[in-house]
Amino acid sequence: MRQALEGSQAIAQAVSRCRPEVVAAYPITPQTHIVENISKLVADGVLDTELVSVESEFSAASVILGAAAAGARAYTASSSQGILLMAEVLFNISGLRIPVVMTCANRAVSAPLSIWNDHADSMAVRDCGWIQLHCLDNQEAVDSTVQAFKIAQDTELPVMVCMDGFVLTHTLEVVDMPEQDLIDRFLPPFKFQRALDPKRPITQGALVSPDFFGEIRHSHHAAMQKSAAVIESVDADWAALTGRRCGGLLTVEGPADAETGVLALGSMCGTLLEAMETLPMDRPVKLIKLRCFRPFPEAALREATAGLRDLIVLDRAVTPGLGGTVGTEVKGTLYGTDPGPRIHTYAVGLGGRDIPLDILPDLVATLDKPVAPFGVFDADLEKLAPEDR
Amino acid sequence: MIEIRIHGRGGQGNVVAAYLLASAAFHDGKYCQAFPAFGAERRGAPVAAFVRINEQRIFRRNQVREPHYMVVQDATLLHNRSLTGGLRPPGYMLVNSTRPAQEFSDEFGVWAVTIPATRLATEIVGRNVPNVALLSALITLNGMMPVTALEKALADRFSGSILDKNVKLVERASAEVEPGLWTEEVRHAASA
Repeated sequence: MRQALEGSQAIAQAVSRCRPEVVAAYPITPQTHIVENISKLVADGVLDTELVSVESEFSAASVILGAAAAGARAYTASSSQGILLMAEVLFNISGLRIPVVMTCANRAVSAPLSIWNDHADSMAVRDCGWIQLHCLDNQEAVDSTVQAFKIAQDTELPVMVCMDGFVLTHTLEVVDMPEQDLIDRFLPPFKFQRALDPKRPITQGALVSPDFFGEIRHSHHAAMQKSAAVIESVDADWAALTGRRCGGLLTVEGPADAETGVLALGSMCGTLLEAMETLPMDRPVKLIKLRCFRPFPEAALREATAGLRDLIVLDRAVTPGLGGTVGTEVKGTLYGTDPGPRIHTYAVGLGGRDIPLDILPDLVATLDKPVAPFGVFDADLEKLAPEDR
Repeated sequence: MIEIRIHGRGGQGNVVAAYLLASAAFHDGKYCQAFPAFGAERRGAPVAAFVRINEQRIFRRNQVREPHYMVVQDATLLHNRSLTGGLRPPGYMLVNSTRPAQEFSDEFGVWAVTIPATRLATEIVGRNVPNVALLSALITLNGMMPVTALEKALADRFSGSILDKNVKLVERASAEVEPGLWTEEVRHAASA
């Protein structure tokens, strides 16, 4: 049913309709409203779940690890410092191949303290071995949340649904909330083959000697790579049921023959899409919306960028001393493609900086010049002392 | 697409005002988007919230820099003269004030309308929250949607005597202004 909902409220409802058996979370801005709304659904008797109020994000992640290891569908949500406090457990969850779902309400990481949006938190744990999906709007965040539970149980890998903090979590907009019976048809009850059971004892998380560690990492990587096909097919199945897609691994919008591409992820794709359609541009531009950041969709990216002369990659986080995370990975993926595009990498919208429509023509205007080194595109260097520029 | 910027102070229900207006537009069959510009989240601090209303899906997420309409919940905020920055001509600005609108129009070069929203809210609802009265006046002035749409949005959030009092406030505030005085932008957006 179509409703006008705040993003966090929509996510809470979507999670509730996925019938999680255990929810554990610790509040942190801008994730707070998600957990508040889930608590309310439990208090109102709408959601029957074991809601665990924990004393930290470390415990939140530990509780859902244990719950899912015991065979329960489990969920948590966090942001920023909360994600970092969970980091050790996030590696344990994926290393043990425990299928859980988490919403990351993306927020900058301190210091300096910022409660506002960028992608530094989920990027900081990009190597933890979780699937990471990014959302254009609250409809995609709702649909990806439902899909995430299906992907997790089909792949036995944990899934992080990344949605831009404030920009999506605190925006009220029209969302078509999938009905309970539709979700029940799509998402069968949680079954975990390796669930801990006293009648059938197994060991999880044993010490692994050098004789096997490399093999286990290899199999984790292979499982992540295989999950790409599952992510695509789950999105296709959802589309068959609802008529809505979230964009599989990535999607391309705009004129097919455009020789200029812009690659971005998350809610900024919405602003870029509208800029493409409404602003005069001195050359045609296509948008590559990267939905799946992990596994990184190398083959799809090579296909999507074939024929491009220039590719602008926009990160919403910085790897100090290197540049943009996504930009670096795109360069790595396209290395050796002949003829590959010239790749321009920038960070934008850090710590909640507004991304205006006219950032697109401003970016395109740089293409007449030689490729510049990575930079924070919307930084005003005049604000810095000369030695810091 | 119609873009609206709401200015107020923390505690005056700015975000709720934006959410209510967007929800009302949804009940009127439109697409909508409402979000706050989060700053220091404390009572009394100047805050802003944004609303977009459109016939089609809205993709852009940037803050509203050039609103068609401005709503000012607390006239003392106008000591910051840049508050009206970006307001599109002819400068529709609705102010919660007991002062004559002409004073604001002359001082800021806008087309101001004032209503005593705080007084109305205090009298009818018993709380010093001017947002609902201002929204009712705004949609009456620009004819963007019937006040019944706002009443439906209120019914999503409130019930019982609180809802009844707010509906009464909607009707009372609507009667304060000239219906359709500011329809130009709405007609233009509908034909665009």
